[in-house]
Amino acid sequence: MITEIAPAPERVASEPARRPRGKRPAWDEVPRWHIYLPLSVYLLFTLIPFYWILLFALRPAGSTSLVPWPMTFDHFGKVWNERAFGTYFQNSVLVGVATLVMTTLVALAGGYALARFDFRIKKAFMLALLCTQFVPGALLLVPLFEIFANLRMINSLASVVIAETVFQLPLSMILISGFIRNVPFSLEEAAWVDGCNRFTAFRIVVLPLLRPGLIAVGSFAFVHAWNHFLFALMFLSDQGKQTIPVGLNTLMSADSVDLGALAAGGIIAAVPVVIVFAFIQKWLITGFSAGAVKG
Amino acid sequence: MAQAAAVAKPPAPPRRRRASATPRRLPYLLIAPAGLLMLGFIAYPVISVFYYSLQNYNPTKPWRNGYAGFDNFVQIFTKDTQFWDTLTFSAKWVVVEVGLQLLFGLALALIVNQTFVGRAVGRALVFSPWAVSGVLTSAIWVLLYNSQTGITRYLADLGIGSYGTSWLSDTSTVFPAAIVADLWRGVPFFAILILADLQSVSKDLYEAAEVDGASRLKQFWHITLPHLKDAIVLSTLLRAVWEFNNVDLLYTLTGGGPAGETTTLPLYIANTSVDAHNFGYASALTTVAFVILLFCSIVYLRLSKFGGDQK
Repeated sequence: MITEIAPAPERVASEPARRPRGKRPAWDEVPRWHIYLPLSVYLLFTLIPFYWILLFALRPAGSTSLVPWPMTFDHFGKVWNERAFGTYFQNSVLVGVATLVMTTLVALAGGYALARFDFRIKKAFMLALLCTQFVPGALLLVPLFEIFANLRMINSLASVVIAETVFQLPLSMILISGFIRNVPFSLEEAAWVDGCNRFTAFRIVVLPLLRPGLIAVGSFAFVHAWNHFLFALMFLSDQGKQTIPVGLNTLMSADSVDLGALAAGGIIAAVPVVIVFAFIQKWLITGFSAGAVKG
Repeated sequence: MAQAAAVAKPPAPPRRRRASATPRRLPYLLIAPAGLLMLGFIAYPVISVFYYSLQNYNPTKPWRNGYAGFDNFVQIFTKDTQFWDTLTFSAKWVVVEVGLQLLFGLALALIVNQTFVGRAVGRALVFSPWAVSGVLTSAIWVLLYNSQTGITRYLADLGIGSYGTSWLSDTSTVFPAAIVADLWRGVPFFAILILADLQSVSKDLYEAAEVDGASRLKQFWHITLPHLKDAIVLSTLLRAVWEFNNVDLLYTLTGGGPAGETTTLPLYIANTSVDAHNFGYASALTTVAFVILLFCSIVYLRLSKFGGDQK
């Protein structure tokens, strides 16, 4: 009797003792300085360049002070008006948003087909998607230029939007089909039973669950289109049609570089992506780990 | 009346036919937009590159245009020293860049995967250069490397480096200088992907290992690293291809100079087609680059046994 009772409390006692350890695995017992020291060193490497460009953008031309004081916004006004960054900004926003919308919609349709259907050319199509990852967009500049010239789309933002979308599509589609596969098919079937058609069921049941993934994919497309330089440089020769990266390159390749203007232009280029990034940072990690194609 | 009877008589078959008839066409309709875009703007250009690689094609010298056979390729492999120089530089660039990015990215991901005070802010700050474009990266590092007002001037004050020339215009310093600039933007990419993959390591494994008295290093070696293997193989491959192809940074940072010291193969191709208008020859170079990439990728996947032994 006694021997039977005795181990019981011990087991009870050991249960709660093990649980906290489960919450806090061995990794958590890392000495704090093992975290903070390398992190601070790396942060310095990350942040000094940002500080440097801010410094040049805010201090008066010719100043060598290491703090942006007295502060001036002259460089911004100059770049925005005289160097046409206002126009570039507008063009970049157009290209970025159009690419985002197009990529997400087309990839959503294709991703759904890949996730939910078995059809004859599916394997070949998947293989083609993977192969595109090895096709260098930069090396297709000449034929792409000829295509857009034939379509009379040179100097139109549409050419850049199409080119950016096409090169964003494969990866976006693979990621989105991964996200859709993570949503149990039975949820959709349940909605059909309740009288929804395929599209409504998708819109009501699946789409809300895809939000983190779609945010990751969409912002990826936006940031990419906003940042990309070569297509805009090649397809848009009219200065009024150019985008911010092209404008930055023009500032940089001038004979005598106006460092203040360059820095201010750089800040203008960075602001939208930094905002997007701050917004999506959290989703990015969950989005990527959910979309990982495994097995 | 007749219609109603027809439906009422065999209730199951028509409905099943309707239900299966839509899905049979539906997937093709759904992939059609993506498929057509990729056919028109990737497949067709690729084929035309293959076609032009067998041609003499130069819009500024139309009298020489025409079928060239394998002349372009013979030229590349036997006479073109610039091809070999730029290919060697590309290889060096990709290996050093991807190796260092992986190393720092992995370390960074392991660090910010810990729980500590200020983790959210730390992550956001450390990852932030990921969103910055190649051109903007160039702009920032041009400011940093400026010999008069850049940070290198202050380093020279401390006795590191010398006054006068920018690191970007000196053949002995341009390579590390460009590497560091690209690392600044590239490390967060690896850190983000590896951190995402770290989320799915089962905590039980660490617990079990700890019970067995495995050291933290052993846990990393036997649990974390095997788990990350596929993600590492895939991300290094994608990144290597990307680093090989991407010309934004070097084009704007060094322009391939000084003295052609930092010209990658794609940069050489871009110059050949855009500046020299030698489209036929550039297409042949593109074909060679494409084959090299494909070959290296297959070898890499084979050697790393991607997705293999874990099942």
